[in-house]
Amino acid sequence: MNDTLAPPAADERYVLNPMYLFRWEPTQEAHVLLYPEGIVKLNQTAGDIIERCDGRRTVADMVGELQQRYPGDDERVAEGVYRFLEVFRAKGWIRRQA
Amino acid sequence: MPKDGSVVRLDGQGKPLWLVLELTYRCPLKCPWCSNPVDYARDARAELSTSEWKRVLREGRELGALQLGFTGGEPLLRDDLEELVADASALGYYTNLITSGVGLSEDRLRALKAAGLNQIQLSLQSSDRELTDTLVGARAFDLKVKVAHLIKAHGFPMVLNVPVFRQNIGQVADILALAEQIGVDYLEFANIQYYNWAMVNRDELLPTREQIAAAEREVQAARERLGDRMTIYFVIPDYYEGRPKACMNGWGSIHLTIAPDGAAMPCQEARIIEGLEFPTVRERSLAWLWNESPTFEKFRGDAWMSPTCRSCDEKERDFGGCRCQAFLLTGDARNTDPACSRSPHHHLVGAAVARAHAPGRKLHPLVMRNERNSRALSSRGCPSAAGPGAHVAAHAGAESGHV
Repeated sequence: MNDTLAPPAADERYVLNPMYLFRWEPTQEAHVLLYPEGIVKLNQTAGDIIERCDGRRTVADMVGELQQRYPGDDERVAEGVYRFLEVFRAKGWIRRQA
Repeated sequence: MPKDGSVVRLDGQGKPLWLVLELTYRCPLKCPWCSNPVDYARDARAELSTSEWKRVLREGRELGALQLGFTGGEPLLRDDLEELVADASALGYYTNLITSGVGLSEDRLRALKAAGLNQIQLSLQSSDRELTDTLVGARAFDLKVKVAHLIKAHGFPMVLNVPVFRQNIGQVADILALAEQIGVDYLEFANIQYYNWAMVNRDELLPTREQIAAAEREVQAARERLGDRMTIYFVIPDYYEGRPKACMNGWGSIHLTIAPDGAAMPCQEARIIEGLEFPTVRERSLAWLWNESPTFEKFRGDAWMSPTCRSCDEKERDFGGCRCQAFLLTGDARNTDPACSRSPHHHLVGAAVARAHAPGRKLHPLVMRNERNSRALSSRGCPSAAGPGAHVAAHAGAESGHV
């Protein structure tokens, strides 16, 4: 039980909670998460991260890709990815790949 | 890095984010708290055809709808349900099936899965077989439990929806245990709202404040025990809140319901409000109904509000509460929802509670939702507050001066 509460680690992979539907929504010009009785509109970076929670990429891969996408401050991007993953997992949007 | 994701603005930026299709009013159950119109049997106009529903789906997406509910009556009674789900999935909706479970065979579950159905909301009334079957007027308990297991076996996310009233409010712990055993993802205890059939039976259904508090304590304990294994909602009845619910996030704000005959409504109850017209998708485009129909415009913004609401610092939060409840209890849909303690009609809510729990009150059998009762009730001319029998007629005098 407790290890699910540990912070994300570089070699872990994450997947979207199967209850959620993630996609680009043209009418909102944003990525959205749809789930029973709910809609979340994601900002660009949240969308960038969740898009990469595909069970294949590791957290380290994700950080690398986003550092290329948002060049300039690698450390800040890395911190952001870790923090976001933790928040998203706490919200139940994503799960750690077993 | 940018901030966390945000919830879509409550005003929906003018889009009907939530589209609910009442595919039919037909239903194998006879629940005496049903939210369908009391006069559903009198006015059984033809249900929309498959191609008409498909047009609604297409036009809804064009207007920006994202969440889609298939409900009824019992939507499984439409044999084109799978076809409509497939169409909706292809259009990009998050598709929810809201069902009693009756008719949900393994074959249909498989077909619905193949069609892309995202989620199933199954109703369960009690953890007790005999009570369930009595309450819904059919032998349904064993079937519902079986269907719940099947839904999980087929990998659907499931919301177990438990309508809460006096008869089952003491069973919260048992229902929680059953839900845990089934592996429910979301459990929603929804105290029923008093409209339509529930209004007819209000005296018999309304729980006491103490019963609600006890149930809420059970839910809280379960939340602590289960952590994030199950999400548990507990919706308390607005009669006890002191503040009205932000009904539908405001009239014509993000919700659009289409009745079986194609009538467009801001909520599933809106047809009870007298003096409003409800044109159908057969006569008008969905865009016109949403953007231009006088009925949807009627209670948008705050110009329609009573001075109580218009001057209130909480009007952006609750939009004056529920128009249907204002109409049902005061006879004027523009009034502040009497569930609000600031409403000049708030005493009506207290009176209803007091009457339902008056010592020595003569108990009455529940008026079941069926065709005979529907015809009897609608012939009385007041499909909402009046009922068959002197006990309800007396209330109508007290509460429904409009009729």
